[in-house]
Amino acid sequence: MSGFFKSSIGRKVAMALSALFLMFFLIIHLSVNITSVFSKDIFNVASHFMGTNWLIQFIMQPVLIFGVVYHFVMGFVLELKNRKAVGITYAKNNGAANSTWMSRNMIYSGAFILIFLVIHFLDFWIPEVKYKYIDVIPEDPNRYYEELVHKFVPIWRVALYTIGFIFLSLHLMHGFKSAFQSIGIPSIRKKIFQTCGKIFAIVVPLGFIVIALFHHFNNH
Amino acid sequence: MNLTLKIWRQKDASSKGQMVNYKVNDISEHMSFLEMMDVLNEQLVNSGEEPVAFDHDCREGICGMCSMYINGEAHGPDRGVTTCQLHMRMFKDGDTITIEPFRAAAFPVIKDLVVDRMAFERIQQAGGYISVNTSGNTQDANSIPISKHAADEAMDAATCIGCGACVATCKNSSAMLFVGAKVSQYALLPQGQVEASDRVLNMVAQMDLEGFGNCTNTGACEVECPKGISLENIARMNRELMKASFK
Repeated sequence: MSGFFKSSIGRKVAMALSALFLMFFLIIHLSVNITSVFSKDIFNVASHFMGTNWLIQFIMQPVLIFGVVYHFVMGFVLELKNRKAVGITYAKNNGAANSTWMSRNMIYSGAFILIFLVIHFLDFWIPEVKYKYIDVIPEDPNRYYEELVHKFVPIWRVALYTIGFIFLSLHLMHGFKSAFQSIGIPSIRKKIFQTCGKIFAIVVPLGFIVIALFHHFNNH
Repeated sequence: MNLTLKIWRQKDASSKGQMVNYKVNDISEHMSFLEMMDVLNEQLVNSGEEPVAFDHDCREGICGMCSMYINGEAHGPDRGVTTCQLHMRMFKDGDTITIEPFRAAAFPVIKDLVVDRMAFERIQQAGGYISVNTSGNTQDANSIPISKHAADEAMDAATCIGCGACVATCKNSSAMLFVGAKVSQYALLPQGQVEASDRVLNMVAQMDLEGFGNCTNTGACEVECPKGISLENIARMNRELMKASFK
């Protein structure tokens, strides 16, 4: 079994599994956040649950952090290995003739998402950790909506998040179907899988962009 | 038509190569690409220069020997053809054509456009076969029923000629389409089941040992493959490896 994950295919499968987990997390994250557009109270209830439930806080959150770190570290490790495998590059290479821009530039879209994630952690996750575990302020179940809205007041942050989610969309355009191909799903060639990938890659990032724009303009 | 050719010239494996420009005139659009190269080489020999070394054998798209990277694509701009099947009608009078060897660390250049693809042979030797007792007791192949679907898919995988266009095209120099096809052609048939686990484990291990890159599913290999080998073969190889590793 350990031999499997040391092989090139094993590493590819591990990358795909971490990607599938992160895509599942995106759905959960969007499902919670989108409630803020419709109801302040529902968003507060959902966020309070996510922020205080021990299973989510102490089991799922560490797993998520491991998944994020693993996906990024392994992505860069594989990129370095692949560059070594290429050796001398072509004087003329017409990559656009046989593959999409997204598939050839996953490392760059991934690097931009990493930068965005650092900003996102500084904006939301670090203050949350400080609130709960450093300052040890008593939990206020109604604080989440105001905290969210406050973050999207400056237009520069809305613009930054929009750009971040555009890169996420580009990454998912290839990443969704690629993950299923890597774990050996035979039906990947069928139209429905590719269509699902495109819908996911557009709808999920667009949902996050809509949330940021909604709160920015709703408070002006 | 009159053409300018930018060709990679490299004296031997240890020399540093470079792109060199040549002019060829009066090339017929009905010529194959290799015939155009023959014209160039005749011109070079007549002027006392070293002809361009390139691999070729059957010149009918079967042997998998020809291996040029033409204008940024393995086997050139046409689809479903090897370099020997590529015709000059794909180019226009006055064009500049860039011709390079297949690039990959696992395919070192031997001379000019000739590369060493023995890595593929070593992968094949690691498991790309079935062991059959040929002492006179060999079972007739037709006595084993095989579904039409499986037979068709195995035959499609077996059409791989091992030219290396998949590796040359891949931005990661991955050999997974080649190995996937070789694993699949046996995995789909009952005759290949006996050694299925050892085959995939050994062939993938040898592939990694040769220094090929990791597949990132761009699909470029499938597009440039002269035999149209499907990405489905890579997915099947992944399943076969998982099955063999966890049993």
